[in-house]
Amino acid sequence: MALPKYTETHYRIWHYIYLTICAAVFFFLIAPLFVIFPLSFNAEEFLVFSDGMKRLDPDAFSLRWYQDMIYGTKNPWGLAAKNSFIIAIFATIGSVLLGTVAALGLSSRHMPYKGLIMAVLISPMIVPLIISGVAIFFFMAKAGLAATHTGIVLAHIVLGTPFVVITVTATLSGFDHSVTRAAASLGSNPVNTFMKITLPLILPGVISGGLFAFVTSFDEVVVVLFLAGLENTTIPIQMWTGLREQLSPTILAVATCLIVLSTLILVTAELLRRRSERLRGINQ
Amino acid sequence: MSPENKQILTTDGVPLEVSLKKAEKKNKIKAFLLVAPLLLFIIITYVFPIGDMLMRSVNDKMVTEMLPKTYKSMETWDGEELPPEEVFEAFYFDFQKLIEEEREGKLSTQLNYTKNGFKSIIKKLRRKSKSFEEGNYKEQIMAVHKRWADVEYWRAIKRRAPAYTYQKYLKGMDMYENEKGEIVNVAEDRRVHRILWLRTLEIAFFVTVFCFLMAYPIAHLLATLPMKYSNLLMICVLLPFWTSLLVRTASWMILLQQQGIVNDFFVMIGLVSDDNRIEMMFNKTGSYVAMTQILLPFMVLPLYSVMKTISPSLMRAGKSLGGTPFIAFWKVYFPLTIPGIGAGCLLVFILAIGYYITPALVGGASGTLISNQIAFHMKSTLDWSFASAMGLMLLSGVLVIYWLYNKLVGIDNIKLG
Repeated sequence: MALPKYTETHYRIWHYIYLTICAAVFFFLIAPLFVIFPLSFNAEEFLVFSDGMKRLDPDAFSLRWYQDMIYGTKNPWGLAAKNSFIIAIFATIGSVLLGTVAALGLSSRHMPYKGLIMAVLISPMIVPLIISGVAIFFFMAKAGLAATHTGIVLAHIVLGTPFVVITVTATLSGFDHSVTRAAASLGSNPVNTFMKITLPLILPGVISGGLFAFVTSFDEVVVVLFLAGLENTTIPIQMWTGLREQLSPTILAVATCLIVLSTLILVTAELLRRRSERLRGINQ
Repeated sequence: MSPENKQILTTDGVPLEVSLKKAEKKNKIKAFLLVAPLLLFIIITYVFPIGDMLMRSVNDKMVTEMLPKTYKSMETWDGEELPPEEVFEAFYFDFQKLIEEEREGKLSTQLNYTKNGFKSIIKKLRRKSKSFEEGNYKEQIMAVHKRWADVEYWRAIKRRAPAYTYQKYLKGMDMYENEKGEIVNVAEDRRVHRILWLRTLEIAFFVTVFCFLMAYPIAHLLATLPMKYSNLLMICVLLPFWTSLLVRTASWMILLQQQGIVNDFFVMIGLVSDDNRIEMMFNKTGSYVAMTQILLPFMVLPLYSVMKTISPSLMRAGKSLGGTPFIAFWKVYFPLTIPGIGAGCLLVFILAIGYYITPALVGGASGTLISNQIAFHMKSTLDWSFASAMGLMLLSGVLVIYWLYNKLVGIDNIKLG
């Protein structure tokens, strides 16, 4: 953003102040994440940069907290990771199936009470998690599903579907319905049309909705706190317990892994978004 | 033939209007059937349970279940004078059962909410009742403490009986119904909930303001920079957005601790002395800083998507018509971004008002919100009906903002990255 040559001095100054403010805000947004990274390699047990680390002494760095995360005695992370992945995968499948089908109906211009139904379907995203947690806990306790994987998966489907509904309806908003009519006029049945024509076109939206649902489930702690028993512990639950009781560097090792995972998901989501915009012919 | 009678018919002889309506209806049903599975699922697992919360919040069976015999025998008692022997006897047996189950502490807490002074006399009764003899429980109980002989306390027990009550809502507002049925405030030093409600509003409001002030310039920068730079900077916004909430909270716990980097920095630039480091965690500051950073992307994204649509030629036109850049910004650009400001502020406010995890970890006692109180009653005191009542009070507030959001922005316009 180069300024034109004729810019007056006080606007020039103002412009640099503006850029400095922006830089500071970006720093505020992103810097905290990078604190975790070096500290997870700390050779000592404290969560501060040791003098050795400040001098970049190689002895001050170690992988011991990663070893502890994987091989540590009585370590809860293995079970937690397994549970987290199982729950998130099933919750994602459920959310994507229910959410995509619902989004197809919602995008139809014949849909009655569209606004009201949309508001109900999106509400789990808006209602504070603590309220969702209490309500879902009462339901699961009555249904005998508290402290089961099934109960947590169902709860996460509730929390994940709004994201799928939003992303898929957004993709469908630019969808050219004449292609499905063309397919129908050529003798294709609705299921076939969906699988061969609609789905490939809206797939980027479906996948990015699925990624949101996955992250929502994988990161969700409030509802699981109410629902989980000892057997259903997840990574967020372990982190929550760890952060409340004692902050050990092992948590930072786990956190680093989670940051790497979220970076991968972010890159995938971004690539998909661009592909979707290209497919729908939205050029920027 | 007059034109009204001339109907257009389809090939099979059905009037076109009827045929169209039929097709329309069929399409409507088709669309609805697609939505039905999810709608049904959400209604069963989500909407009904929230209704169930409403039932629980007005249906306070806690004490009724603890003293079943007492309430049965109290049915015939008019509440004018001390209850008859049967009531005392029933109360004695209920109480013995509670002692066996070690639940008498719960009873004393619950009754103490209704009337102050129950705690000590229940403790005393527990001790003395071990040596009670059979029969004539009225005199034996009354001998334990003079308050047991006071009809006021028995009336208080009876007042707890009705199954449906709005008392939990009153309690959530730090009010209660006194002996005469008037609604009054609790003593000044016990008004904890009002402080919490106000603090929740205050923190949510200021977090929204901070987010707005920080998000506006960077959203503007992102919207005006060429694509190849803005895509790179967008990652700075999206990476925190996709990163686990607990990871982000953990990083703030490390940064804000007394030996943390922020304090190190303050010491280095000489703002504070080394032995006088600022406490930034386990208080309001912690909640403010961490929540602002965590919710910032939710403000940037709607602002960005609105600013992206504003043509730069408008600003140029404003300037060419004689406005200084500031006037052009204020009169042309800013009004055009108001929809984005509305969307971002409402979203951040809604999310902030129900925040739980971050305040619980970095907020300490002075930085916790109403959500933390709800969790406390769900997990520690097990007063689920009170937790439900507070949850619904919070929910009603959120729904008002949600409705406003839907009116102003439209729920299908939520931007997700």
